[in-house]
This record gives sequence, C-alpha cells and structure tokens, in this order.
Amino acid sequence: MSDSKKSVIFHLGFLGLLFLLQFLLPAYHHGNLARIMVLATYAMGYNILFGYTGLLSLGHAMFFAAGMYGMGLTMTHLGWTAGPAMVAGFLAGVLVSAGIGFLALRTSGVSFMIVTLMFAQAGFLTILYFGEWTRGDEGFVIQQADRVFAGIDLSDPTNRYLAALLLFGLCLMLTIRLMQSRFGHVLIAIRENEERTQMLGYHVHHHKWLAVIASGTMAAVAGAAYALLFGYAGATFASVQYSIFPLLWVLLGGAGTALGPFIGTLFMFYLIDLSSSLTTAYMLIAGVALVLLTLFLPQGLVGEWRRRVMPWLT
Amino acid sequence: MAQKGDAMADMITPHIATKGLSRNFGGLIAVNAVDFEVPKGEIRAIIGPNGAGKSTFVGMLCGRIAPSSGEIMFAGQNITAMPAHRRIRLGMAYTFQITSIFARLTLKENVRLATSWRWNGDETAIQHATLAALEQVGLADRMNQIAGDLSYGHQRLLEIAMGISQHPQLLILDEPTQGLADSEIASFVKLIRDLGGDMTILLIEHNMNVVMDTADKITVLNLGSELATGTPQDIRANKAVQAAYLGETHA
Amino acid sequence: MELAPYLILGCIEGLVTAAVLALMAVGLSLVFGVMRVVNVAHGEFFMLGAVLAWFVADQLGGHPAIAFLAALIIAPLLVGTLAMIADMTILKRVSYDPERTIVATIGLLYIIQQLTLMTYGSNARPVEPPFNQRIAIPWFEWVDGGLSLYWPWGLGTTSYKLAVIGFAIMLLLGIWVLMTRTRIGLIMRATQLDRDIAQAYGIHVDRVYAMVFGLGAALAAMAAVLIVPIQQAHYLMGHDPLLLSFIVVIIGGLGSLVGTVIAAVMIGLSDGLISVFFTPTLAKIIATLMVTFVLIFRPSGLMGSK
Repeated sequence: MSDSKKSVIFHLGFLGLLFLLQFLLPAYHHGNLARIMVLATYAMGYNILFGYTGLLSLGHAMFFAAGMYGMGLTMTHLGWTAGPAMVAGFLAGVLVSAGIGFLALRTSGVSFMIVTLMFAQAGFLTILYFGEWTRGDEGFVIQQADRVFAGIDLSDPTNRYLAALLLFGLCLMLTIRLMQSRFGHVLIAIRENEERTQMLGYHVHHHKWLAVIASGTMAAVAGAAYALLFGYAGATFASVQYSIFPLLWVLLGGAGTALGPFIGTLFMFYLIDLSSSLTTAYMLIAGVALVLLTLFLPQGLVGEWRRRVMPWLT
Repeated sequence: MAQKGDAMADMITPHIATKGLSRNFGGLIAVNAVDFEVPKGEIRAIIGPNGAGKSTFVGMLCGRIAPSSGEIMFAGQNITAMPAHRRIRLGMAYTFQITSIFARLTLKENVRLATSWRWNGDETAIQHATLAALEQVGLADRMNQIAGDLSYGHQRLLEIAMGISQHPQLLILDEPTQGLADSEIASFVKLIRDLGGDMTILLIEHNMNVVMDTADKITVLNLGSELATGTPQDIRANKAVQAAYLGETHA
Repeated sequence: MELAPYLILGCIEGLVTAAVLALMAVGLSLVFGVMRVVNVAHGEFFMLGAVLAWFVADQLGGHPAIAFLAALIIAPLLVGTLAMIADMTILKRVSYDPERTIVATIGLLYIIQQLTLMTYGSNARPVEPPFNQRIAIPWFEWVDGGLSLYWPWGLGTTSYKLAVIGFAIMLLLGIWVLMTRTRIGLIMRATQLDRDIAQAYGIHVDRVYAMVFGLGAALAAMAAVLIVPIQQAHYLMGHDPLLLSFIVVIIGGLGSLVGTVIAAVMIGLSDGLISVFFTPTLAKIIATLMVTFVLIFRPSGLMGSK
C-alpha cells in the first residue's frame, strides 16, 4: 500500500472513531468535543499556511472573524437563512484573505508577522468602531430559530456534533488531499527552501498567495460555523488572543501534520478547562505550554509521533 | 516553420546572448557592459579571478539578480524583464554556488519537485526522468535517503541531478565541483561531456583541469568586464589572461 | 473658544506619550537591532515595571518623592534581572531562532501577565507623583486692539508631566552616549554588525545578549515607572504600549535608535492631536493601517536609508 493511501485510511479511521465517540461521551464532553472540532478546523486552516507553507501569521483572527461576521451580520441584519449566510461567511473569508494576502505577502519573515498582526488589530478595532451593528465586545446572540439548516435544528446537541464532525472531517480530508497534490508539494518546498523552489520554475509568490487564501478561507468557514453552531458572535474572536490560539494549538499538536491541529486543540482545551476551575489566571497554562513547547517539543505531539512511529503520516 | 529553417536559425541566432549587460551594487560595478554569445549545444566555461563578477553575471542570466542595464536574449526571445521561474520554464536550469537543496526531503522528492511541472503531471514520465537523473549522477541507490544526511559532495551532485532532470536547453552550473572528491570530479567531467551537444552548458569553474577537459570555449571575466573569449588553447596562450590571473591590473 | 489652546494641550499630552513611548521603543529596537529577535513580552516588562513601582512605593510609604525615586531605581533593576534570566534560560536555548523566539516570548507574555493577575490582582492602582503643581496654560486674545494674556478655564498641565518629558530626554541622551561613546556600546554595535566576527574577537556574545535583553526590558520598566503616576498600574496595561512601540520601531526603521526616537515623537504627537479630532477607536484604526502600509511599501521604515 502506498504511503499516501495508508495516511488517508488512517485519518478516515480516526473520523470513524470520532463518530462513535458521540454515543459514549457524557453530555458535557460531548458538547466540548463539538466545540473542539470547530476550533480545530480553524487551526487546520492556520496549519496550511504555518505548518505546510512556513509562513507565520499573527493575524488569523481576522479571517476567523470575517467568516463569523460575514455569517452573523447577514443573518441578523439582512434576515438571511443559515445556508446563504454560511456562503456569505465563506465569501467574506475568500475576499479578506485574498486582499490581506496580496498586501501582506509583499513582506516576509518578521515583517510578515507584524503586518498580519497589525491588519488583525485594525480589523478588531473596526468591529468595535461599528459597534452599532456588531455590538462590539458584548457581541450578539444568534437566535435559536435561525440556527436551522435544511430543516435540521443545529442547536440540538446531536445535530450540532454531527455538523461539527462533518465540517471537521471535510476540512481534514481536504487538507490531506491538498498536501498530497502537486500544489501541496510545492507549498512544502517553499517552506523548506523558497529560493530553490523558485529556481526550479515555480511562481513562489503566487503559490503563497493561494496558500493564504486557502488558509484564511478555512479559518473563515470555521468562524462562520462557530457562530452558527454555538449561537454567538463577539469581538473577542477577532482579538489578538484568537490569533495566538491557532498558533499555540498547531505548535502543540505538530505543525505540518494533518491531525496535529486537532490534537493540539483538544489538549489545550482540556488543559485550560481543568485549570480554569482552579484559577482565573488560566492563560498562565497557555504561556507555560508555549515556552515548554519551544524548548522541548518543537515538532509537537503528532510531529514526534510521526517521527518515531508513523513516518508516512500526512 | 520547416525543420531545415529551424536548424538554420539555430546556427545564426545564438542560444543565449547578452548585450551591454551591467550591474552595479551601490557604487561598485560588479558586471560592466558584457556582450556575450553562446551558440546552441556549446559547453562554455566562464572563468576569472575572485570578484570578477561571474556569479553576478550568471545570476542575471537566470533571473536571480536584476540587471542595472543591458539586455538578455534566450532562444531568440528578449528575457531581460522575465521573472526567474518563467525563465526556468522556458528551458533554463540553474545550480547554486552554495548548495541549495531541500534538506529535510528525500533525494527522490527533491528531484521530483524539479520534474513534476516539466512533464505536466504525467506520472510515468516524471518517475522516469527522476530516476534517470539520479542514475546519471550516481545517486539512484540513495534515492530514499534524506537529502540533508548526504555528504557535501553528494549534495552537490543531487543539485546537478535536479538541474538535468528537467532536460533543460540551457544548464547553468555555478562552481559545481567545489567540494567534490577527485573521483567524483572525474565522473562529473564525463557527465558534462555526455550532456554537451544535447544542451547548452554554462560552467563557472575554478578547477582549470575541469575547464580544459570539458569546455568548447572559455570566456574570461576580469573586474566585471569580458577579458577574452576563445578555445581552451587560445585562452591558455593569452597574455592578458595570464596577467589577470597573476594579479596584475589591466586598464 | 479658540482651537489653538487645545492644540497646545494636545501637543503637551502628545509629548508625554512620546517620551514614554520613545524609552520603551528604544528598548525594543535595541533588542531587535543587536539580537535580531522580536520580543513580544516587551509590553509585559513595561507592565511589570508599573506594578513593581506601585509595590515599592506602597511598601516604603513616607514622602511620595522618596518612594517614587526608590521605585525608579528598584523596578527597572528587578525587571532587567528577570529579563536576563529569561534570556539565559529560554531564548539562548532556542538559539535566538526568530520564529521560536516569538513563540517563546508570547508564552512569556502570558506567564508574566497571569502571574501578575494571580498576585497583584485585577485592580488598577496609582502611585503618587513626587511633585504635582498645576501649571495653567496662558493664551492671547485681542482686547481693545492690543494683545492681552488670559488663562482659558480648565486648560493646564502639571509640573510632573513636564518633568517626565525632561527626564526621558536625559535618559535617551544617556543611551545614545552609552551606545556611541563607551566600550560597552562599541561591543554591542560590534555584535550587531556580525555576531561571529565579534565572537572571534573574544566578545562573550552570550553575555552581550543577556545584557541587551536586560537593558531593553529595564528601559520599558523605567518608562512604566514614569507613566504610573499619570496612568494607574494594571495587569493588562502592557498591550497598547507594545503595539505602539512596534509601530514606532517599524516607522523609525528596525534597529535604528535615532529613527526610533523621531518616530516616537511623531506618533506621540499625532496620537495627542488625532484624538483631539477623532474618536480614539478611529484614531487607532487610522494609525494602525498607516503603519501597516509603511511596513508594506517602505519596508526599511521612513527613516531607513536603503
């Protein structure tokens, strides 16, 4: 069996496991896992750019928020239903990532990080500035009556879990497919050695731009789904913190691995969940985790696993 | 156009040519108004003392460095403003002076990246070209190793394999034998001779034995300008060249 | 009433911001210039300086001037030492790799911020200024065809604010002398130019790095001690100054000290003036976008030569 086939089967098996878990988990963890799958989708989007292409963005919250508000605002102010509103979130993601990518990719390295950080900050402030529509920090609730897609009530825990799993599964398999394609190989080549990639005949800048769009759009879809499934949109999701989170999750799970974002999100979610019952300063855990990771586990959990056990993982 | 016409055109128009090609870095003139022509299929060595502008010159040919003035023609087309990746797709290949490979990927993956666009997704052709190129440089038995684990000399050979796997019309090699062992140099010379005729080769080289054994013609650069061009015999006999290598300055 | 007096007021407020910002940004720029790393935890060193200043003043009690002076010495020293320890235990171990350093300093940011929250709490606490005379700002008006002075009501500043400006100028001159006229400065500049050559000439690059990182953090802390009598100490106060000093360092040209100071004055003044005319949020949006476009289209900064 070829390595890429093995990898596909492994990940399909993993999705099957997630499907079965819903029958076993108690309600609290069942709800958590649905949330984790959506956030992991956000992290997978981040991973396309950071893990596979080697571009470190500190502003992905603007893409997540673009999807969230693209969905939420059209629904709340224009009265769109879930389907069209999700499409609006998707398109908002494409537009914002294409525009920001076009501008930010004129820089590289540390400047790219700072430029993305600044754009996200401007985006966050813009959401606050138009508080009349966005309700700023306070945010707005998406009514249960609106959270219905094709007759299915998405606020129901079982439906919500399945919708989250569907989203996560699609994006996971899409990522794997992408990274096994020629396009994905070029992204990895850019991460490894940008100059050599260009001198082999690839339009590096164009590939990076497409990577930003793919990454930003996946993040936006996750943002839109988050608002739809959990019924809330707020400016917090556009703040710097939400740009740092996917970086943290991806690093923890393993940058450049398909499953790393999920494992990292899962791990961090429960770490914070446990510690927030002990202290209000739960972000301390995130800080310690980041420092320890950079020091001792630069490849992340799945990265180490791949290195030691399954070298064929995507 | 008829076959015969093409052959005629090949003989008349040079394969790669420059007209008044110059490059300044701040106040420093690295390459100064070089007129340069190489016909198709020739192996041309470019030599010169350190700092003569050789790497800058070929850097402009392949598009890594933008010229300050002058023109570059390739296969009858003006490519002066063309970005590097399009020149590669037009049939150039370039190997770096300082080894530049994908250190964390396998040898096979390295060469595949070079070939995959060349055969536009035709899997059989890609695999064939990949394997053939690795065989040509003698690395086929190591194709599943991680490139970064290779010795320095083998990494240089891998880089050459990436170049030739694209079956380019023009192969530019920037000091390919630097760091190779004597036995590796011997097989490199044989490889270049085999390739000559099929493709035009520009060879920047310090090792005079390699130059004399492979080049059809030699261009000598000194202080950014062309000092002489001729057959290896001509160059060996050229007083100005000898003087430049002995360190005397010429106006 | 006329607009001009308010512009003057805006300028003075802007200069106070500029003074604090310049100190903080010079610290960030020094670290970036010599070590080629971006310290995301710089804002937390600033915050820590303010909180420690409160702690020292609170513990000492007595005359506010003495308490303040003690804070001005102790807080930067403590913060600088902490930063040196962080450099030696964390940054050195990731070999100052730019990306891993950013991630590690983000971690440091949360650790410092949250430890402060756990110990100091979420209250904002003031430090009493050492002196605080009110200075009214006079303005002119035409009375009976002649100029006469008057004091518009409510228009004024304090002696302490003016002292902050003066003190910051002295400190910045001190840094400039340190960098250009002393042996330590020479060593730092040599390390900045070429780390390997500096090492070959017997410079202990590790020590220089620890020292620069400590000095950068101490400058941030010092800026915070100066501002804390005007703004209160709070565990989240490092966020905005961090972004602003990023802006300043970028506009000034990464790693250039003179450029950084000029940019700090520009940003501080425009911050003071823009907020006379626009709402603070819109002012921030405009400033953030302006800087981003500078970085995109003039990557070496406005003052950068190449």
